[in-house]
Amino acid sequence: MSKLPEIISRHQDAIRADWLKQMSGAVRRSDLISNEEVDSQSRELMTAIATGAKSGEVTNVDGPAWSSARETLGAISASRAKQGFTTGETATFVLSLKQPLFSIIRKELAASPDAMFDEIWKTTLLVDKLALVTADAFQNTREKFIARQQEELMELSTPVVKLWEGILALPIIGTLDSARTQVVMESLLQAVVQTNSRVAIIDITGVPTVDTLVAQHLLKTITAARLMGADCIISGVRPQIAQTIVHLGIDLAGVITKAKLADAFALALQRTNQAVVKLSGENGKKTFFKKEE
Amino acid sequence: MERIPILRMGQFLLVTIQVDMHDRLALQLQDDLTQKISECSSRGVLIDISTLEIVDSFIGRMLANIAAMARVLDAETVVVGMQPAVAITLVELGMSLSGVRTALNVEMGMELLYELRGDFHAEMGE
Amino acid sequence: MNSLKQEKLPILTSSDVVLARQKVRQWATEMKFTLVDQTKLVTAASELARNALEHGKGGHMVIEQVENSIKNGLKLVFEDQGPGIADIETALRDGFTSGGGMGLGLGGSKRLVNDFHIESEPGKGTRVTVVRWK
Repeated sequence: MSKLPEIISRHQDAIRADWLKQMSGAVRRSDLISNEEVDSQSRELMTAIATGAKSGEVTNVDGPAWSSARETLGAISASRAKQGFTTGETATFVLSLKQPLFSIIRKELAASPDAMFDEIWKTTLLVDKLALVTADAFQNTREKFIARQQEELMELSTPVVKLWEGILALPIIGTLDSARTQVVMESLLQAVVQTNSRVAIIDITGVPTVDTLVAQHLLKTITAARLMGADCIISGVRPQIAQTIVHLGIDLAGVITKAKLADAFALALQRTNQAVVKLSGENGKKTFFKKEE
Repeated sequence: MERIPILRMGQFLLVTIQVDMHDRLALQLQDDLTQKISECSSRGVLIDISTLEIVDSFIGRMLANIAAMARVLDAETVVVGMQPAVAITLVELGMSLSGVRTALNVEMGMELLYELRGDFHAEMGE
Repeated sequence: MNSLKQEKLPILTSSDVVLARQKVRQWATEMKFTLVDQTKLVTAASELARNALEHGKGGHMVIEQVENSIKNGLKLVFEDQGPGIADIETALRDGFTSGGGMGLGLGGSKRLVNDFHIESEPGKGTRVTVVRWK
């Protein structure tokens, strides 16, 4: 039976104090984290480790007894990732527990070198595993953060604009891949519902190339809009794109396309029974000189 | 057995689908509708699916069938209010329901029906 | 992947298909899937449950919360002891009907989920496993 659980629970506070004393300079990063926070993090972790060790399962950190330790490490990693720590710094926070533990073990088991070696070995296994859990959690947080940023970027780059009553415009800039199409579709359809717009103009002036895949994505968006009761007009079709579409044999299946956004807008107005009227008479007269009445 | 109620609004019929239909109910609706179109000599059917959160291929086919059968009976069908998530899913499933007319909501759907088949004189009883 | 919660539902009547949909919706909502992802998964469940009933002459659905190293997901397994599918590839192709009216169900569902796996042999029934990750 490992002596580690007993050693840890008996000397918990001393180990923690030693651990904190060890942390200085590079590991401590006092520029990123306050003393209070390090204090509370170390206390939480120490308690969780003591709990885990008490179960007798000293090195099986995947087990249920160690779940609070894993949770604590997850939380510490997540907050440190946000604070700007590196993976290394965060893992070192955990790894630096080794020295204080080794010191205590040496003191306690000075009389029996075999037992001491045994416990030191178990300790190093334990701390290494905890450090790995930390690194994984850190990595996870970073990945989620990047994924969320990518999502936001995609949303930002496809704004839906209300051109007029019942008419939406969706200027697409850049390439249309599967992921982006999802975001584009969702934004457009949400806007259709929210603004009760019957016509949506999808402007592809800013789309560099249209291949079969892009065309498929566009068609999906248009079909979905139609199912909801809104019609789409594609505008900004450049001559090269028109050529590509014909060469590739892409069937735009009854989708109306216009070269210019203005033409699409004119059609949209027609479709929604609206008109822009030029004012005539006094109101339309240009005056170059200030009239003196 | 429960049935989905069909309301008569002058020369048109209005159906609001609010429940999660099992297949039998959907087939019953198809039957009831064609029956009623014939009985009332309706010129149009408005199907409101704005509260339907799921439209799978069976329901999709039902809508397409209703539109086709109605057309044979000289009535137009307009499906209104499909939710965005449902539309996205149907497209991914591969259904385009190309033979079915659609509108954003009941109001626009009725406008469309009037445009297509509205006979003002018949409405006024002339 | 590791499995967490699990539940098994019979699919023996058309009402069971509705219940299966609702159960999947419930789990997906609990797991905070986005609305579009939920709708896709529930619709796929509807298609596959119906297949198990109509083509497979009845079976069951197992719904399970799963996780791999980086994300959480919902796994659905549809199993029946029906006639099985002789030509899976053709069945997966859109619009295929085998008289049992599988129509778009199988191929369509594949596009609605992230992972799709099907095992079937004539006379030995069918098992379809799908996963949607968060």
